[in-house]
Amino acid sequence: MAIDWAHFTPWASLLGGIVLGLASAIFILFNGRILGISGILGGLMSPRAGDIGWRVSFFLGMAAAPTVFALLAPAGLLSAPRIDSSYGLIVVAGLLVGLGTRYGSGCTSGHGVCGLSRLSPRSLVATLTFMGAGFATVFVVRHLIVVRHLA
Amino acid sequence: MQRITEFVAGLLFGLGLLLSGMSDPGKVLGFLDLLGTWDPSLALVMAGAILVGMLAFTVAKKRTMNFLGGALHLPTANQIDRRLVIGALLFGAGWGLAGFCPGPSLVSMFSGQPKAAVFVLAMVIGMLLYEAADRWIHQPRASQEAIR
Repeated sequence: MAIDWAHFTPWASLLGGIVLGLASAIFILFNGRILGISGILGGLMSPRAGDIGWRVSFFLGMAAAPTVFALLAPAGLLSAPRIDSSYGLIVVAGLLVGLGTRYGSGCTSGHGVCGLSRLSPRSLVATLTFMGAGFATVFVVRHLIVVRHLA
Repeated sequence: MQRITEFVAGLLFGLGLLLSGMSDPGKVLGFLDLLGTWDPSLALVMAGAILVGMLAFTVAKKRTMNFLGGALHLPTANQIDRRLVIGALLFGAGWGLAGFCPGPSLVSMFSGQPKAAVFVLAMVIGMLLYEAADRWIHQPRASQEAIR
């Protein structure tokens, strides 16, 4: 293993993480909800009366983020995102993420951030499992030569 | 008031994803690529988020109502079952394929990235498939027979 110093952003990532924690703190303390993106979005798939407004309000805030970020952050703070996967791979990945997060009741925010913060053994198992699957998938795609030639 | 704090939480969450690098799939895949050139940034994202989160949930666990006087919905599920593990495996595989998880894909779509929009569309279809399967499994057997 070698460290990718060129892309390593310790301070921005630590500060960004603190902001994510702050958002989760506001959501549980002021709204009494777990900030889990797959759960908040998934709940809109079978909408029930009186259970829609808070989800929409949250996503409107998220939708405003790129504009607010551009206003606040110094230009050139972020390097352009690298989205290298083909459209075919993106579709397969999206289907797996949608299905998996609903079946497993959470994603990186609900299980990863909130679940680990409240010391839930269930979320710890989920987080270790999806991280393990993520590591394994990247290993197969990037380092197994046979697969690399197919992709 | 409630609507404002929901909006602010969403806004801060989006800003945190952008600042931390979570909304850049290249960075996520760099973190998941332990055997390549490894980018440890996302470990610091989790550390920062959990540090603040632990303080918040320590407070939340001692309360019965939220600060605005409404309900406090802390999860009650605690069983570690097949659903949890299989779901997490599927999710992790998808995450490792494209480097997007739900939050970052949304904020990246809101930034105007066409590939993120396609990812979100596929993710929503995946969620709808789950809903359909769940309804199929949980409806009474008699009506399943009727459909056949």
